[in-house]
Amino acid sequence: MTDTVDKAPAPAVPPEQIKAIPVRHYGRWVAGAAVVAILVLIGIAFANANINYSIIPDYITDGTIVSGAWHTLYISVLAMVLGLALGVILAVMRMSSNPVTSTVSWLYIWFFRGTPVLVQLLLWYNISLVFPVLNLGFYKDEMNQVMTPFLAALLGLGLNEAAYMAEIVRAGIQSVDLGQTEASHALGMTQGQTLRRVILPQAMRVIVPPTGNEFINMLKTSSLAYAVQFNEIIKRAQDISSTSLAVVEMYFVASIWYLMLTSVFSVGQYYLERRYARGSTRSLPPTPLQRLRKHLALFVSFRRPEATR
Amino acid sequence: MTDLVKDMAKSAAGHPMVKAEGVHKSFGLAHILKGIDLEVNPREVFCLIGPSGSGKSTFLRCINHLEKISAGRLYVDGDLVGYRQKGDKLYELKEKEVAAQRRDIGMVFQRFNLFPHMTALENVMEAPVQVKHESKAVARERAEQLLDRVGLGDRKGHYPAQLSGGQQQRVAIARALAMEPKLMLFDEPTSALDPELVGEVLDVMRDLAESGMTMIVVTHEMGFAREVGDSLVFMDDGVVVEAGNPRDVLTNPQHQRTQSFLSKVL
Repeated sequence: MTDTVDKAPAPAVPPEQIKAIPVRHYGRWVAGAAVVAILVLIGIAFANANINYSIIPDYITDGTIVSGAWHTLYISVLAMVLGLALGVILAVMRMSSNPVTSTVSWLYIWFFRGTPVLVQLLLWYNISLVFPVLNLGFYKDEMNQVMTPFLAALLGLGLNEAAYMAEIVRAGIQSVDLGQTEASHALGMTQGQTLRRVILPQAMRVIVPPTGNEFINMLKTSSLAYAVQFNEIIKRAQDISSTSLAVVEMYFVASIWYLMLTSVFSVGQYYLERRYARGSTRSLPPTPLQRLRKHLALFVSFRRPEATR
Repeated sequence: MTDLVKDMAKSAAGHPMVKAEGVHKSFGLAHILKGIDLEVNPREVFCLIGPSGSGKSTFLRCINHLEKISAGRLYVDGDLVGYRQKGDKLYELKEKEVAAQRRDIGMVFQRFNLFPHMTALENVMEAPVQVKHESKAVARERAEQLLDRVGLGDRKGHYPAQLSGGQQQRVAIARALAMEPKLMLFDEPTSALDPELVGEVLDVMRDLAESGMTMIVVTHEMGFAREVGDSLVFMDDGVVVEAGNPRDVLTNPQHQRTQSFLSKVL
């Protein structure tokens, strides 16, 4: 066996390219045809359904709906900011060696993750039933005046989000290798510097993707705020459909807006994740733009094969 | 130059760089260090060898207070590590005071522990800028010099994941040197490296030893210990079994445990 290796060098003739008949995947053709058939049937059903498609484009840009989309966007952003800030605090509390703070953080997460957001929203909205007057010492007012639909939506969504963000942040911080802390301590960095300069930038890689998902979820979950009379898309869509009787059409309009919002933020999330992947891989994945350019270049070279020779 | 004069003055005054008196360390029920007494003089290359689990890495980590000792006293450059003594009472140092003590002690880890989200240059600049509050320009200039010195002048913009193990460890040495330490601790710096990459790291360490740096090196590289080491300690089961000149200990071990260890590794 071994001496064959030492024999005459490989023949200088270039290896012949293999030209074999590929295996036929008949199953794939059948499955593809079945799926297309089902899609066509669904399409026919919707085409013949009692839906007035022609009014949908007009309502997408309707002032009431656009203002509803704006309300959805800003309540989502504000609730997310509140959730993120409070989540970081809760995560730090949870990891502290002080048993009081870690237990309180645990209880908070237990309660706010364990009850439905809709219930939490309704509790905030109806809080004047238990506390008719808000008295902060320096500020005193009727609770009815204070707890507007906006505030109820912000507190309901934001405080609920904080419980989820706390767990995401904690998982991110704990994912960073202990050797990183030791190395920065050995260099004379304090705990705060270590957290800020070494731990958090690396934790972000673990924190950002689920946070992006949380935000996209928040855009959709904010629709529950219609129950506390907050003027987001669903509430506005219902307001219109109650007079125009175009119920399903208005839900389509709302759905299109949600799809537009979530699509835009998915792209943003992609770039954010790419930013925090620095150093974790040898080379960063291409951006969609770079990929598009590559595909275009490939396409052009296919059409003009002589260009590649 | 002034540092050198200071060091020489200290050594002339018989002032050791590191002094351990009856150092004990326990993790729960596990008694890792059982009374370590030793002295490391300025400009000395001090090698620690021994079987795994003998406590040599733990002892090294006690020197910059990454681990708290359970009993005994540990001094670096005349200062008690991690504590302040008033009368016969010991006070724990505050976090900032501990950090200040660690500034002057460089450490190189087995697993490199470079900051993966920073380039080689940023890794080396980080501590001078954050801890010593040097300007970025000054820190950058010295970081570039240090990377040149460890032979990585052409890898400044690379992230650790883009470097080989040997290159990462050399960046780690440059990062520790950027704080201009008076003492360097090496915790098995070549143990995680592929065999063909060990040499480049040892070369950098040899160069550092020749420049007069005080170094404590936990190592399995007996060749390095024999060539570069000024003194050598063999540890086993939490105690110092044998100490002396590396060439004597390695070629003519007196203690039976040293003999049996060396017969396995040489």
